[in-house]
This record gives sequence, structure tokens and C-alpha cells, in this order.
Amino acid sequence: MSDSPKTLYEKVYADHVVADAGYDRDVLYVDLHLVHEVTSPQAFSVLAERGLKVRRPDRTVATMDHSIPTKRTDGKLQVLDSAAQAQLQALSESCAKHGIPLHAMGDEAQGVVHVIGPELGLTQPGMTIVCGDSHTSTHGAFGALAFGIGTSQVGHVLATQTLLESRAKTFSVTFEGKAPEGVSAKDLVLAFIAKVGANGGQGCVLEFRGEAIRALSMEGRMTLCNMSIEAGARAGMVAPDETTFAYLEGRAHAPKGDDWGKALERWKALATDEGATFDREVTIDASALSPRVTWGTNPGMGVGIDEPLPSPADARDDAEKRARERALEYMKLEAGKPLLGTDVDVVFIGSCTNARIEDLREAARIFGKHKVADGTRVLVVPGSRQVKHAAEAEGLHDIFTAAGAEWRDPGCSMCIAMNGDKIEPGQLAVSTSNRNFEGRQGPGGRTILASPLTAAAAAVRGKVADPRELL
Amino acid sequence: MPSTFQFRSQVAVLMRDSIDTDQIIPARFLTTTTKAGLGKLVFNDWRYESDGTPKGDFVLNQADPETTRVLLAGEDFGCGSSREHAPWALADWGLRAIIARSFADIFRNNALKNGLLPIALPAEAHATLAKDLERDPEGEVIISLQNQEVTLPDGSKIGFDVDPFAKHLLLNGHDELDFLRTFTEATEAYEGSLGSR
Repeated sequence: MSDSPKTLYEKVYADHVVADAGYDRDVLYVDLHLVHEVTSPQAFSVLAERGLKVRRPDRTVATMDHSIPTKRTDGKLQVLDSAAQAQLQALSESCAKHGIPLHAMGDEAQGVVHVIGPELGLTQPGMTIVCGDSHTSTHGAFGALAFGIGTSQVGHVLATQTLLESRAKTFSVTFEGKAPEGVSAKDLVLAFIAKVGANGGQGCVLEFRGEAIRALSMEGRMTLCNMSIEAGARAGMVAPDETTFAYLEGRAHAPKGDDWGKALERWKALATDEGATFDREVTIDASALSPRVTWGTNPGMGVGIDEPLPSPADARDDAEKRARERALEYMKLEAGKPLLGTDVDVVFIGSCTNARIEDLREAARIFGKHKVADGTRVLVVPGSRQVKHAAEAEGLHDIFTAAGAEWRDPGCSMCIAMNGDKIEPGQLAVSTSNRNFEGRQGPGGRTILASPLTAAAAAVRGKVADPRELL
Repeated sequence: MPSTFQFRSQVAVLMRDSIDTDQIIPARFLTTTTKAGLGKLVFNDWRYESDGTPKGDFVLNQADPETTRVLLAGEDFGCGSSREHAPWALADWGLRAIIARSFADIFRNNALKNGLLPIALPAEAHATLAKDLERDPEGEVIISLQNQEVTLPDGSKIGFDVDPFAKHLLLNGHDELDFLRTFTEATEAYEGSLGSR
């Protein structure tokens, strides 16, 4: 059995089994635990109630991202309200008490948790990484096994550095061919989710493979893995390669000197073995894809930008018919017509999905040539302080502000609308974030998910527009 | 504390697919630092008008938490965000079980840690229950975790799968963190094998 060919997931999982716990469960070791303000306070309370310590504060890193302000007033960041303030304070106190490094608001390494992990070199191939956040799947871009957990499990990891886990099914997702100009990682993953459905990956860990995936930068691979959860998958992974190693080398927490060489040797052995089999497989032709947009209220409800919206009448079954009817009604959209030309109120470029430097460069390709349309509000929110500095060093912020967009401080912002950055009831946003659920970006708000290029195109046209015509 | 986890209940029907955790409890309420009191916010944006007036036609505004401890929904219940506030809110309202066609993985995990039983029924049984409740909205079901069985209003019984570990913990009143802590020696040995990693 041990000699049989294995997938990337199976190797990383097996490498972290501390013990067989019975009941179809393993005690799984966690290499890196990321913590943020929203899903941790009740876990720290459990530790306090039981008089437990954080077992490995050196394997734990905290940041503030979900509820913090991104807008400066008189040069200052003002937290939304006293509840948000108290929660931030609770995180500061817990981190100080337990010796956990914290990148608080204003810290030079602060940012959205799934942006800073990779950028600090904390995220490495072959690791197990967890966080009380479903988009932890992002870190799978490095060939790590990374997944979101609930607050009870945050407490388990804080106290024991382990989790009780069961093996997932494996699901190979191959993108053949080259993605055309104007088609990004976001479009690939939205096409995949539309193909298998918002629960099509349930119980599975995805491995993204194929020529179009190899051609992606690490930023692109992070976008891809980030949205694994939107297909209902437990995690998504990409086998590490030269692109991965080049990204990591020299980063603050990446191995140095002799350790770098040893790490490379280990990491190169992680790729799925020739002949290994997956429980499920799907293949998508990347060369045939267009930029993607969602039209409904889950990320699986998506189409190519020039395709007509599907009709409830064509649904597979009654449940899908009702879901389509309800989504179209909520979104105030019409079946049978493409989204192109639909008026847009707000554009949000940000989130753990698409707020890295490459995403901002993509958006700037369009904002450098065109101004924001009258009456459209545009927020550009970098994923981290480091991304903000890098963008400013390249002059991207000047491009955004000259075009008429707002340039903000880093945070989750309008992806989750906890910090006051939100859309108004009935408004339609084109957003580079990850969820188009009802009210996700503000009660009554309507969301179209898209790539940074497509979002920028909507910003300058004031309507859903094909970015390929604006490049 | 050990529990038989067997009870009789009316059923609130919310027959939609892909009910995500943002609907179960919107993100703007997640700045709380406790688990308590979230029941009044469960399904907030479906349950109340923007001025806070309860919507009369929403099922949890019609149901009585004293008699209704089971919610019936469609497919992929609890998808989206990993927030454990979702099962906290559902349980705080008074629910002890959700019956659906299927559940999102993280939600199922979170629910089981909070005494909220996720019961996935096959299509036919799910449809039968829905029809029974259309005929008699006050019809009662009996949930038995021990027997892994739902008794429908017409007296027929339907089995369901449950994770054996979660069942063991729920029936014996054991705590997962206490259980994990019994592996401390194995964890130390594992850490010893890691070297500079």
C-alpha cells in the first residue's frame, strides 16, 4: 500500500497523521494556524475557562482583517462601532496573553489573512494550514493542505495543535490548453464551479492540474484555490513547481541557507505520482473560455459574459427551477439575455480572492486608459499593507485615483460588509470577491462576481462590459 | 452529560436549496465575542423587514420554539462561510436537528459540535416528509440518534447516517477537546520527528 502511487493530497495528509483516533478519525497535526478577530474570541474563552495554554504560539499567527476600517478620515482609521472595537481589543489581549504574533491594524505586515500568509512566506508546500475562515483553501495554491474550520476547532488547534479529521475524496480538475487573453484564474474557477455546481465538490479535496494551471502565477493559483470552497470542496491544491519556489525564495519566513535546499527536495516530491488515481475527474478546455460573470445568488450560477442567462424552464429538476426563479427575481435579471450592458452601481476590487499585486496590475490596465463612468462608485482595496506599498511604488494608486476610483487601506471590506463598506439595498455591484449570496455585500444588495479585468471594465463603462474590448 | 438524544417535534419547513450561512446569520452580527443570544438574529434578513418588524410569512415567525425543534430544508444546507455562529444561532433559537437533502461539510462539522443534529435524507424520504407536512403542517416527527431513525408523522420510519464519532460524543456527553488532549504524548512524539520543519 505504501508503495502505491499517491496524490498530492494523500501525501500531505499521511505526512501529518499523529495517531489513528478510531471512529474513522485521525489526529492530524497542524503546521500553521492563522487567526483573525471574528472567529477566535469564543475559542480563546474556552481556553480561559479550562485553564489551557496555546500549545504552539510559534505556529500561530494572527491578523486583523474582517471588521477593520479601510477608509481614512482626517488621516485616521476609525473602527465602525464599539462591538467591532471590543472584538479587536479581545484579539489583542488574547495574543498578548498567549504570546501569539499579531499583525494589528496599522502594522506593516497586516492584511487579509489569506494574503499575508503567503506573502510572509508562512505558507509553504506540504504544510497543513487551518484558520477559522472558509477561504483558507487559498493556501492550497502552494501544495499545502489548507482548510477552514469552525470556532470549536480553532479552540482545539490552539490547545493541542491538532484536529480530528477524516480522509476526503480526491477530485482532479484539469484545465487543458491556454487561457485566452482577458481570461484569468478567476474565470477558470468560476467556469469550474458553474460546471459542477456550488456543492459539486462536497466531501472532496480538489487538485487543479493541466497546462493552464502550470501557466498561472502564484497569485492566479491563490485565486483558483481560494474559491474551491465555493464548489463546496473541503480544499483545493496545486502541486508546487518552479513558480512556487521562485515566489517563496527570500520571503521573511521561508527556509534559508541549508534549510532551503532541504525544503526544496521535500517539496519536489509532493506532486501527484504517475498512475495515482482520483475518486473523481473533470477536464475543462481553458482555451474555449470567455470572461465569466455570475448572475444568481450562489457562485455556481454563472455564465460566459456574452452568453444568455439560463432559463428556469430549462432546469434539470424542480429544485433547480425554483432556485433559478428565485435568484433571477432577487437579482432583478431576465433569463435568455446576456448580462452585457446591465447598469452597475458599485465596483469592488479587493478580497482574499483578488486583492494581490497582480490583480491590481490587471485592473490598472483598464483604469490607465479609461475613466470611471459617471455615477459608478469604485473601491480598490489592497489585500495587505505590503500590497498597498507595492502598488504605490509602481504608481498604481495614482492610476486608480486619477480614473476616479477610491484607493483604500487593506482589509476584507466590501466582500463581507462587516466594517461599514457596503452596498445599499437594490444596488448592483460587480465584485472581485468570492460570494454573491443574498445581501452578502450589504442587506438587499445584488452581487455579480467577476475578475479584476471584468470589474474594471464595468467600472469604466458603468455597465457590465467585456474587458477584451477595452484592453 | 449523557443524553438519549431522542425527541418529538413539529417541523418548520424552509424548502430552499443552498441556504448559506450568510442567510443563517448575516456577517454584520459577527462582532460578538460570545455564543449567547444569537437566536433572535437567526435568518435575520429573511425574518425581519429592514425596520425590524417581523415578516409574518416567514416560517420561524410562525413556529413556536417550544414545540418546533426541527427545520426541514433542501439541498446543500449551510454552504459558504465557516462561521460557527450559524449553528449557535439555530440552536439558540431552539432547534436540535436540521433535516435536509445534503449539508455543506464545515456546517455539518460545526453543527455536531453544538448538539444540532444534521440529518441528510435520500430524495424519496425527503419528499415524503415534505408532502406529509404539506398535508398536516402540525405533524410531528420523532428523532432518535441512538437508532439513527426519523419517525414520520404517518408512523413510518426512515434511517439516516450519522458520523460514528459524533454519535459517540453526543450520546455519551463527551467533549472532543478532552478526547484530543488524550493524544498529547503522540503529538509530542510527532513534533520530535519534525526536525527544523
